[in-house]
Amino acid sequence: MCMKQVPETTEVKIDQAQNRVDTGGLTRIINPYDTYALEEAIRIKENSGATVTVVSMGPDEVDQSLREALAMGADEAVRLSDPAFEGSDPLATAYILARGIEKLGDYDLIICGRQAMDGSSGNVGPGVAEELGLPQVTFVRKIEELKEGYIRLQRMTDDGYEVLEGPLPMLITVVKEINEPRLASLKGLMKAKRVTIPVWGLSDLGADPSRVGPSGSPTVVAKVAPPPPRSGGEIIEGTPEEQVKTLVAKLKAQKVL
Amino acid sequence: MTQEAKNIWVLVDHRGGKVANVTLEALGLARKLADASSQEVWAVLLADDAGSVDTERLIACGADVVLVAEHPKLDAYRDDPYTDVVTHLVKSYEPAAFIIGATSSGKSLAPRLAARLRTGLASECVDLEWDGEKGLVAVRPMYGGNVLATVETPEARPQLATLRMKSAPRPEPDTSRTGRVEKADLSGLEITDRVKLLEAVETGGGEVKLEEADIVVSGGRGVGKPENFALIKALADACRGAMGASRAAVDAGWVPYAHQVGQTGKTVSPKVYIACGISGAIQHLAGMKSSDIIVAINKNPDAPIFKVATYGIVGDLFEIVPLLTEEIKKETA
Repeated sequence: MCMKQVPETTEVKIDQAQNRVDTGGLTRIINPYDTYALEEAIRIKENSGATVTVVSMGPDEVDQSLREALAMGADEAVRLSDPAFEGSDPLATAYILARGIEKLGDYDLIICGRQAMDGSSGNVGPGVAEELGLPQVTFVRKIEELKEGYIRLQRMTDDGYEVLEGPLPMLITVVKEINEPRLASLKGLMKAKRVTIPVWGLSDLGADPSRVGPSGSPTVVAKVAPPPPRSGGEIIEGTPEEQVKTLVAKLKAQKVL
Repeated sequence: MTQEAKNIWVLVDHRGGKVANVTLEALGLARKLADASSQEVWAVLLADDAGSVDTERLIACGADVVLVAEHPKLDAYRDDPYTDVVTHLVKSYEPAAFIIGATSSGKSLAPRLAARLRTGLASECVDLEWDGEKGLVAVRPMYGGNVLATVETPEARPQLATLRMKSAPRPEPDTSRTGRVEKADLSGLEITDRVKLLEAVETGGGEVKLEEADIVVSGGRGVGKPENFALIKALADACRGAMGASRAAVDAGWVPYAHQVGQTGKTVSPKVYIACGISGAIQHLAGMKSSDIIVAINKNPDAPIFKVATYGIVGDLFEIVPLLTEEIKKETA
């Protein structure tokens, strides 16, 4: 299961002089979409006796989120970290995660959240699938059946859903509808505190230095800016009948009705 | 791929012969970019039988070339065959940029394709521009819409982007435009096919799609109980729009998740967004604040939704919404 640690809020400051988003001082949490992926992995473990390993890329403070994942019920956690990984775009990140998963060895199913709350690209999951040469199903809302070498699932589409089947190993990305994540227990958190989380760097992964960090990232973020401001408009007064008539007149005047 | 790469491609997202609106929007936008840079717009159509799609209309909406790839494995969107075929086409023709609608299939294909081609992808863009030196310059929201990032792919080609629905105007078809249809050669291409589509279920029942609706009427916690959503639905129907909901209403089980607007749901930018009994938490605003006009109906005058609303009505939604439904029916009859 792939996890990302993100700032707890999307109300971030923009440092325009440095042309970057300032997330300093914000509490960091497990990406909310990843909690659904984690919950689904733990449910599969409870039903089948599988083991759940959580992989994340990032600095020391990511250990705290990995411990939370262990406290929820994951068996193992690995952190991928190296100064060379800094500045990785989604493609380089997918490459690094894929090398980490490859090093872990045997896997049947890789579960990712549909996207991260901060970067919101949704590119890393399918990128990992491609790097590992696995089939993928995105936006999964339900696993209908899972057995040796086989999975059948429902995928959310723009106007409904699809039922798909395919072989394992496979990578899936999941949407919120799939489950309701549990909270980590206090006992679990205490226990997870004592676990040593392995940290793998560039050489541990045997990764190609030209495919990580800025040199492995085809995209650059040239500029970050706040969206155009939106201010409160007009409060329509009057009796309910008058309010409604005024509103409809205004909407008609703007030719939107 | 080299700097010789040329032309702007748009993937044709279609089902049952119907082309997605976002494909037409992307064609219109690509036309603008291509005109500014002396390039051609290519509409790329993958199908088992392309005869079901009106290629004349793609040309009328801005395409110079419709590139058709036909194969029995392209009967419906699936990641494996689409990735294999599109990769083959890209390598054969070397486009400079490739725009894909941010639909459920486009958002699945684009990152897979980017990884295979090892090129840059800007996801769910709200604007695209062309720069003589840099090529495609993409603007995309991050952090729930609180940051707009400008993303560039300096070297790799093609430059990929997915375009969010309703981010560009739909072009007026110009039937005097001319173009050509070119058949792609897929002979000898090995196409993988690991995941099978067993069934496609439409749950909307022919309703207007939330992301494509010109008017969205959403209900929140203030709606109180599931039955009351009939009022919201009635207003949405009167506006010929779609019904949305806040996370609170979805988590309470009043409305299915497919209707959720906001950070963990859908992002919409209709002409008019009517929020009924929604306080306006930041997570909800993330999904709707780029709407042209926002109308808020809430009994709490201090609700944060009023801070972004173009028009606010402080009042009881159970009184206002039925009156509004009637008034709109009367005015638009």
